[in-house]
Amino acid sequence: MLAYIVRRLFYAIPILIGVNLLTFILFFVVNSPDDMAVSQLGHKYVTPEAVQAWKRKNGYDLPLFFNSQERGGDALTETIFFTKSVKLFAFDFGRSESGRDITTDVSTRMWPSLAVALPTFVVGIWVNICVALMVVMFHATRLDRWAVFVFVGLMSISSLFYIIGGQYLVAKTWKLVPISGFNGDIQPWKFLLLPVLVGVIGGIGSGARWYRTLFLEEANQDYVRTARAKGASELRILFRHILPNALIPILTGVVIVIPTLFMGGLLIESFFGIPGLGSYMLDAINSQDFAIVRSMVFLGSILYIVGLILTDISYTWADPRLRLN
Amino acid sequence: MTAENTIKITTATHRFIRALSLLALLALASCGEPPWNNPNPPPQDDLITYQSMISPTPPKHLDPALSYAADESLFIMQIYEPPMSYHFLKRPYELIPGALESDPQVTYLDAEGLPVEEDDEAVAFTRYTLRLRDDLRYQPHPAFARDAQEQPLYLFATAAEGEEFRQIPDFPETGDRPVTANDYAYAIKRLADPLNASPMLGFMSQYIVGMKEFSERVAELPRDAWLNLDEYSMDGLEVVDDLTLNITIKGRYPQFVYWLAMPFFSPIAPEVDRFYQNPGFADRNLTLDWWPVGSGPFMMVKNDPNSEIVLERNPNYHEDFFPTEGAPGDLEAGDLEDAGKPVPFIDRAVFRLEKSGLSLWTKFMQGFYDRSGETNSNTTGVFDQAFVVRPDGVEMSPELAEHEITMSPDVKPGVYYYGFNMRDPVVGGYTEDKRKLRQALQIAFLTEEYLNVFYKGNGIAAQNLIPPGIPGNLEGEAGINPYVYDWVDGEPRRKSIEYARQLLAEAGYPNGRDARTGEPLKIFIDVQSQAISNTSMNWIDRVFADIGVQVEFRPADFNRTREKLLTGNTQIYSHGWLADYPDPENFLFLLYGPESPLECDCDGANNSNYASEEYDALFRGMRVLPAGPQRDELVARMVELYRRDAVWLNAFFPKQIFLNNSWVYNNKRHGISKATLKYTRVDEDEREAKQRQWNQPVTWPLYAAVLLLASLLLPGIVAYRRRQNATARDIGE
Repeated sequence: MLAYIVRRLFYAIPILIGVNLLTFILFFVVNSPDDMAVSQLGHKYVTPEAVQAWKRKNGYDLPLFFNSQERGGDALTETIFFTKSVKLFAFDFGRSESGRDITTDVSTRMWPSLAVALPTFVVGIWVNICVALMVVMFHATRLDRWAVFVFVGLMSISSLFYIIGGQYLVAKTWKLVPISGFNGDIQPWKFLLLPVLVGVIGGIGSGARWYRTLFLEEANQDYVRTARAKGASELRILFRHILPNALIPILTGVVIVIPTLFMGGLLIESFFGIPGLGSYMLDAINSQDFAIVRSMVFLGSILYIVGLILTDISYTWADPRLRLN
Repeated sequence: MTAENTIKITTATHRFIRALSLLALLALASCGEPPWNNPNPPPQDDLITYQSMISPTPPKHLDPALSYAADESLFIMQIYEPPMSYHFLKRPYELIPGALESDPQVTYLDAEGLPVEEDDEAVAFTRYTLRLRDDLRYQPHPAFARDAQEQPLYLFATAAEGEEFRQIPDFPETGDRPVTANDYAYAIKRLADPLNASPMLGFMSQYIVGMKEFSERVAELPRDAWLNLDEYSMDGLEVVDDLTLNITIKGRYPQFVYWLAMPFFSPIAPEVDRFYQNPGFADRNLTLDWWPVGSGPFMMVKNDPNSEIVLERNPNYHEDFFPTEGAPGDLEAGDLEDAGKPVPFIDRAVFRLEKSGLSLWTKFMQGFYDRSGETNSNTTGVFDQAFVVRPDGVEMSPELAEHEITMSPDVKPGVYYYGFNMRDPVVGGYTEDKRKLRQALQIAFLTEEYLNVFYKGNGIAAQNLIPPGIPGNLEGEAGINPYVYDWVDGEPRRKSIEYARQLLAEAGYPNGRDARTGEPLKIFIDVQSQAISNTSMNWIDRVFADIGVQVEFRPADFNRTREKLLTGNTQIYSHGWLADYPDPENFLFLLYGPESPLECDCDGANNSNYASEEYDALFRGMRVLPAGPQRDELVARMVELYRRDAVWLNAFFPKQIFLNNSWVYNNKRHGISKATLKYTRVDEDEREAKQRQWNQPVTWPLYAAVLLLASLLLPGIVAYRRRQNATARDIGE
């Protein structure tokens, strides 16, 4: 297995270079270094000298990909792409265009992201699996049909509706919890209740429907009929027979998400004022902060790759017949 | 089902309901005393706290050399004291000494540096002598802490030495010292240091003697460690003594005194600059850009731009009082109730990051924010909920009136406009027919209706490019644009559409068609896609259709729109300008020839590429004249040229309505200065009582949720048990 993991890690390198290249191209198609300088300098009285000084200070005074002024390898290394990209592979994210240390910001902001994303993820999976198993138990009954109808309805509603509706009812009208904010010093749970509740409810439709499909596939297998014939209770059949056998597709969708929980959610964090990495990324895009965008995309890619490897490893745990070669 | 089974199910049901009820009760009990929805921590001390917000994004720079945005000035101007300041209440805006003992002493010098009279043609330089107050003292800060040998306590050779300090409050020792004239000189040298990439470097180098040379010299020095800028001189700066600084600028530039009220000229102590250059500090965001150090009424004690910024009263702030004079009407409005009282009134100000409009508005209405906004009123999005528009103006909605909320209207010293590109072959040019074409389009653009429809009436249709409250903007009949308006029944009335059609015909476009070719006249408007809606495009389309003119919009993002302006590749464009200082020069330069991007090959402000020798000559003359009738005359003539040449399609002065909860006092808005937090007064007892009254939790939904959950689960449990206990075949069959 170790050899497999090492091989996968090596595969990650070209993927990361590709992602980095793509981010770089996409960003600089719409923003030139001069645009960035003007945006950061404030649009007023911006002289060419000030633009040049900003570019020099922030390392944007080089050509993008090829430096015709240099010779040999320097023609490629003395470029914005190389100087900005190579440090990423050493996990040196550098500074944002406004001068803040990105590593410090990321390490500070990932905890609020995790504080919301982790309970939403755990409670969400638990609720979705329980609801799906209950519906499977009543398969082909009126309850099952209504449940599918409700799931499709819940899926069709925009997540914005859940967020704004939840804020309007729970926080504004009923005044049960703060409408937004995050404060680790005072009863942090009261700021998390609503976003977690909204996240879980918003995910029930698609999650439970998907799990229902997986469980139904297993529920018609011979081993389930055998278990039932042996007199096993329905709960035992659901949790001890169907659930473990349906784990492979569940793990495919679930484990990959675990590392990316640190990255938080763009909408939830923005609307609930959670100072996490999701809103960090959104702010960076809005303020044309390429340093942050690049770092976050890079970090997201790494976490995604880690998620994929963890998923593969989890298969061996879920099904001992599988071996990673 | 057997009787035994029925009993079992009933027992299980009761247990289940009891468990859920217990859970709900526990949840309620753990919430503590209402209001449960209070996002602010309970008070830990008896400091009077002002609760506010940063919205929608945190400040990017708090270093006075870098900062150039209103949301940044909101903090910087409470912490630093630039030489000049603005009177809080007086209108038109009045410049007053800030850190200075009195107004700067101005001396005119010839090329040899000898004093000459103000109106002497030999004037080559102007010297400003700044005499500081003698009671200015920096806030307590670790940069000033000294050891027993009087050496700086926190100077480290390696990053590891200072690793334990993550934030400024982590430093156990602090010190302070008086502010000196050299600190102001040091700040100006920092503006010139290319390493800081100050946006003022290029602009101020045109004026301050020796700034450009200083910048070039410093750029050549090795920068692997802190560079003490004190070791290098700048010709235009002379520190006479601890409290006196001379700044010499090239030629005459009376507006320079306004710049002295801006954050760029705030004092920076060299030891503070040195402190922040400690190895490893920047990696922990311990920089002057994030932890400002000044002598103003407040000091920063927490800076988490992702969450909140907290200011507290600076214990070293000098004696300062609420103004005893104001503008006409201030006394009646109660704005002088605190006249003569010592300021600041509050001990702490907490600014929480608020990105969502719904959250912000809800918290304000629940009483958890004292005002609806700081640099933005945030009331536009909720205008229909908050206000009722009546013929005689805007009134608050019943809900707001019930909360006894007060309104503070604020006409920004700025202008939003659609401008013509005067180099465009269709709408540009200076011949009579081109003027008539532009005037016809001006008349057709019903700015008043546009403001009512899209801005809820929150704006003033411009008769002039200079906003109200600034010299050059006249009221009444004398102030109207006679090419677009008539003065009828004591108010300006837009000329008729028939007159616009007539002008259009005289311009060679009868009924909107080119008289020579018969082709319909089509105009192109470049807009920023984020800044315009489909409905407003449709509206503009419709108003021009009234005179037979077709419109095509060319939306693009900010960068592309800017590119078009820089290359002159536009016909009509939208733009805006917010004043740096309340002087007509700061608006009239928007049409100054050399400011055209095509002339200066820079990001010039004259995006219309207006070129008038007369205007430029008047501008050059006006720029160096002191306020007075002679200057007013030149301004009036320039305004007349702007009107006659019809340079802008339309313009309006934006207006906002800020809202204040009833426990907040001294809410008069200042359009230019942000150094007004020290005048804010808060009644905390009233706030606490109102918060409690407005935020009683509604608990029935909790019980309803428990019941709903039970009603969903119980049938399932019952059905499950029935199924488990069912026989393979019904015995009765």
